[in-house]
Amino acid sequence: MIASLASPGLMGFITIFVLAAFVGYEVISKVPSILHTPLMSGSNAIHGIILVGTMLVLGQAHGIAQLVLGFLAVVLATLNVVGGFVVTDRMLEMFKAKPQERSATSDTANPPSAPGAQDHRTTK
Amino acid sequence: MSRATATDLVYLIAIVGFIFALVGLSSPKHARRGNQLGALGMLLAVAWTFSLPAVYSNTRNLVLIVIAVALGAAIGVPAARLVKMTAMPQMVAIFNGVGGGAAALVSVTEFIALGHGSIAVYKICEILFGVLVGSVSFAGSAVAFAKLQELMTGRPITYPAQQPINAALGLAILVLIVVTIVTANTAVLVVVLLLSLVLGIVFVLPVGGADTPVLISLLNAFTGLAVAASGFTLNSNLLIVAGTLVGASGTLLTRLMSTAMGRSLPNILFSAFGSVITATGGTEADGRSVRSGTPQDIGVLLAYARKVAIVPGYGLAVAQGQHAARELADALEARGVKVFYAIHPVAGRMPGHMNVLLAEANVPYDELEEMDQANGELPTTDVALVVGANDTVNPAAENTPGSPIYGMPIIHANEAANVVVMKRSMRPGFAGIDNELLFDTKTTMLFGDAKDTLVKLVAAVKSA
Repeated sequence: MIASLASPGLMGFITIFVLAAFVGYEVISKVPSILHTPLMSGSNAIHGIILVGTMLVLGQAHGIAQLVLGFLAVVLATLNVVGGFVVTDRMLEMFKAKPQERSATSDTANPPSAPGAQDHRTTK
Repeated sequence: MSRATATDLVYLIAIVGFIFALVGLSSPKHARRGNQLGALGMLLAVAWTFSLPAVYSNTRNLVLIVIAVALGAAIGVPAARLVKMTAMPQMVAIFNGVGGGAAALVSVTEFIALGHGSIAVYKICEILFGVLVGSVSFAGSAVAFAKLQELMTGRPITYPAQQPINAALGLAILVLIVVTIVTANTAVLVVVLLLSLVLGIVFVLPVGGADTPVLISLLNAFTGLAVAASGFTLNSNLLIVAGTLVGASGTLLTRLMSTAMGRSLPNILFSAFGSVITATGGTEADGRSVRSGTPQDIGVLLAYARKVAIVPGYGLAVAQGQHAARELADALEARGVKVFYAIHPVAGRMPGHMNVLLAEANVPYDELEEMDQANGELPTTDVALVVGANDTVNPAAENTPGSPIYGMPIIHANEAANVVVMKRSMRPGFAGIDNELLFDTKTTMLFGDAKDTLVKLVAAVKSA
């Protein structure tokens, strides 16, 4: 029982875990409040790395239960990755608009999906 | 170089990409590049993983993987591209939730794959942690999504004996965890998973709608930890480091967000427990009257003001009125009126959400004033035009102890000489409480859809 509590490799992983926790805490020490939402969304995309884990699990799956659960896991993880990065990029895209771009032509800089862009032209 | 070494190297590069992504995302200048670095690291790691024998050796399974990835991308990309900027917070919630769900499923699948009886105790503990935290994150995010999407009420949900019920649930999970460790029985693990889902739901129900963003940030950190647990299960440095990075930075971000709202985290999570919130001022307000005006009246008031503050809120964004608001500001500035936007840190539905929405409408940065700066200017402001904001200008946050938003810093719109509140109705805001400001003698209500009314105001200002 005691012998099965730990393995030689486990301590190495725990060391990495503790160090990563400190890095994660230190790298974002100061964040302006306007970036809270994009940062949350961006780090949300990063834990989509579970996709790699789901691929390994489904790749080695045997039997219907493992196949179904593994398949579902890959779908969910992919959603996490693509959704996370695309949503974050769309948010940050908004920040690049320069203050001087206030003429009507700057509206074309809006992404086509921005519903307000057409409204603006018609009400002008 | 052996394949294993090469794999470790590629994954290390991906990890460095993730760290740079987090660093970049905390400064406005490098935020977008940071996110792109993160995406690059992810692409590299996933692409390399396809070259591993564990993934491609079984053709049937490889085909399933490809189909699953294609399916996820086919749903995720359009959903993320088409969602309106106003609906971003709930999208973040749902994309976070699916990550937690994936981590929980990986843990369960690995448990089944490892077979019964022969699993080491520490392995079972890692798996249980992944299942528990991943499921809580999945179910909690789903409820947060429902609250933000207004599929259910945004008010804190309380019910009799809430604390004993939750305690019993927690105890039951604890007992079953011990049973799983001892027996290594799959059926028991599945029950742990189901009960963890319930725990996620009851964890989120009592949190008020306005506090949901902080909650999503916390659940984001949870998912990170669940992913790290899966990393332990699968002996993967990549998953451990990436998951832990998110777990740690997400925890810090959660604290930063709750500080920006002037609340402590325990207060946000548990304040609704045991106390049915009394809608302060709710009953006494019913008998009182409010003053309402026409767009023409207000247009004249604005046109002859010297300084106007626009206090935008979620209502403005819902009505897609950002562009109309900017036109009103342009029309006023053309007449020599000084205009600034007073931005509350949590205006909209998330910290920084309103800045994103106004940037979308090309509102110049120098007109956006953060709360402290705006509050310094409001006493000398002639008209504060509150467009679709409610809780962020509610004086109850400062003068009504016991109010759910008590202690949250607010924009002092009530210190301007005149206050105009544009609202669709007298309905309370997201926090579900009445707003004293609406009954202030300085206040004029302007009812109607924010965008329509703004367009009328532009016309009124131009003809004044």
